Amino acid sequence: MNEYQNLSVQGIWKNNPALVQLLGLCPLLAVTATVINGLGLGIATTLVLLGSNITVSLVRNFVPNEIRIPIFVMIIAAFVTIVQLLMNAFTFELYQALGIFIPLIVTNCAIIGRAEAYASKNRVQLAAFDGLMMGLGFTFVLVVLGAMRELLGYGTLLVGADLLLGDWAKDLTIVVFTTESPFLLAILPPGAFLCMGLLIAFKNMLDRLIEKRSQRAKQAKIVQRARVTGTDI
Amino acid sequence: MTMLSLSSSPHHHNRRDIGQVMRLVCYATIPGILANVWFFGFGILIQVVLAIITALVTEGVIMELRKKKTERVLKDYSAVLAALLLAISIPPLAPWWVIVIGTFFSIAVVKQLYGGLGYNMFNPAMAGYVMLLISFPVQMTSWLPPFSIAEQSHSLWDAIHTVFTGFTSTGFSVEQLKVGIDGTTMATPLDEVKTALLQGYTVTEAKSHIMFDGNYGKGWLWVAIAYLLGGLFLIKTKVINWHIPGSMLASAALLSLFLFLLDGDQYASPLFHLFNGSLIVGAFFIATDPVSASTTSKGRIIFGAAIGLWVIIIRNWGGYPDAIAFAVLIMNMAVPLIDYYTQPRTYGHKNKASKDS
Repeated sequence: MNEYQNLSVQGIWKNNPALVQLLGLCPLLAVTATVINGLGLGIATTLVLLGSNITVSLVRNFVPNEIRIPIFVMIIAAFVTIVQLLMNAFTFELYQALGIFIPLIVTNCAIIGRAEAYASKNRVQLAAFDGLMMGLGFTFVLVVLGAMRELLGYGTLLVGADLLLGDWAKDLTIVVFTTESPFLLAILPPGAFLCMGLLIAFKNMLDRLIEKRSQRAKQAKIVQRARVTGTDI
Repeated sequence: MTMLSLSSSPHHHNRRDIGQVMRLVCYATIPGILANVWFFGFGILIQVVLAIITALVTEGVIMELRKKKTERVLKDYSAVLAALLLAISIPPLAPWWVIVIGTFFSIAVVKQLYGGLGYNMFNPAMAGYVMLLISFPVQMTSWLPPFSIAEQSHSLWDAIHTVFTGFTSTGFSVEQLKVGIDGTTMATPLDEVKTALLQGYTVTEAKSHIMFDGNYGKGWLWVAIAYLLGGLFLIKTKVINWHIPGSMLASAALLSLFLFLLDGDQYASPLFHLFNGSLIVGAFFIATDPVSASTTSKGRIIFGAAIGLWVIIIRNWGGYPDAIAFAVLIMNMAVPLIDYYTQPRTYGHKNKASKDS
């Protein structure tokens, strides 16, 4: 496995920022009431991760070690501001729906974590790719969590797709069932915690299954030979 | 081959298994349920049946998935009891899916995901109740007035019809069934007093409403007394100890007495608090859950007393009119700590205090 493949596997599955590192849980739990909210915040976070990883990697040789954290935070804050202004300009309704959680991306530990742990020690190409993959892994979890909660809560999927993608996306909304009394638990924060726990448990189960499979494959290769030597038979 | 059975001490014990204990608790709820049927109609029976069926199916499927002995687990009646307690806690004419979702959540998430009977940290019935209360506030607060002051009465068939379709066989909705003889929509006594207090009335003024008979809600008093009888039966047969119900009722009464003496217009009397709402059911049937409650005698007294305090605090200053479920869940979280600090002295060992002296 070359470095790029390794980074992809690490970012999306093995070291997923949300499912394994459990970083950035605050926005993760707060905004994933619908798929589109999750997707919007996921894309915003990915853009910030990408930008901050590239910049941190570029300046890594000029930053004194003692003050690296404040500098990283300022770089991240700059990118968050850029993303915030972009969303304000182009996806205003989504910007309003996500509210305080866009500026709060700056406090997402996953971003400073990648800047400190990877980007400040590696080449620009690798750092950028790492940021992209970590961002995709985070977005993936946000979307799945949003889908679970939206489906349980409102019985729909992709409500408000037009906020993110433009007017043509209005038809994307899928109504699975209609209900007069929405399942509030799924929409409220406790539902986010429950769904998150179920997701993590599901990932661990899959991992264990895969491990069992691979072990069984290894065992099957070993051929047991009976030695028939000696005289006491 | 049969062997002589060997066991460690104590050798003299009561031959009761979990199933028998759980069944006795179920039987003890019967007077309360009958009283409820007498005053509020057959709804509660339908809820109980639905809940028990859901609980058994859920528990059975999960046991099969976990590859455990399904039959043995189903026969311990713990799922039945949790379902029963949830069913008597919710409004009798709530739609069928409310109790099904609630029971499924209680058994699957609160009980089995933590490892099944004996491993659940929270009381399954109350966690399910809280889940329902915050998810479906409208359905979970549609309590009926007792027949004596209700404008419409309803039969068993009406109750079945309402639970499954939302309307009685003659077309009345739950909203209409809630209307009393004075033409206004009825609430529970606790709810009525809470709303009146918020509107600036005093407790005495609130209790002049037709649903009250002196201190007590019409019908509700007798339901509470029936559950009290069931609870005393449980103490008599030593299924539960007196510690939790005793300390819970005492602390609730003391705190409400203190507040009542402080300002009788703002805070209702101890008797009002004891016999309205679910304090009695909570004290004898819910807080005494052997799994999620404290296990030491001293710990049980602390556990019960703290629940009593929480109930009065939340009833008086919280957002919800009644508080048993929240109080029990809060104290469930404190149980490991309580148990840690109230370990009894082991036979043959000195306790810490005497060691120091």
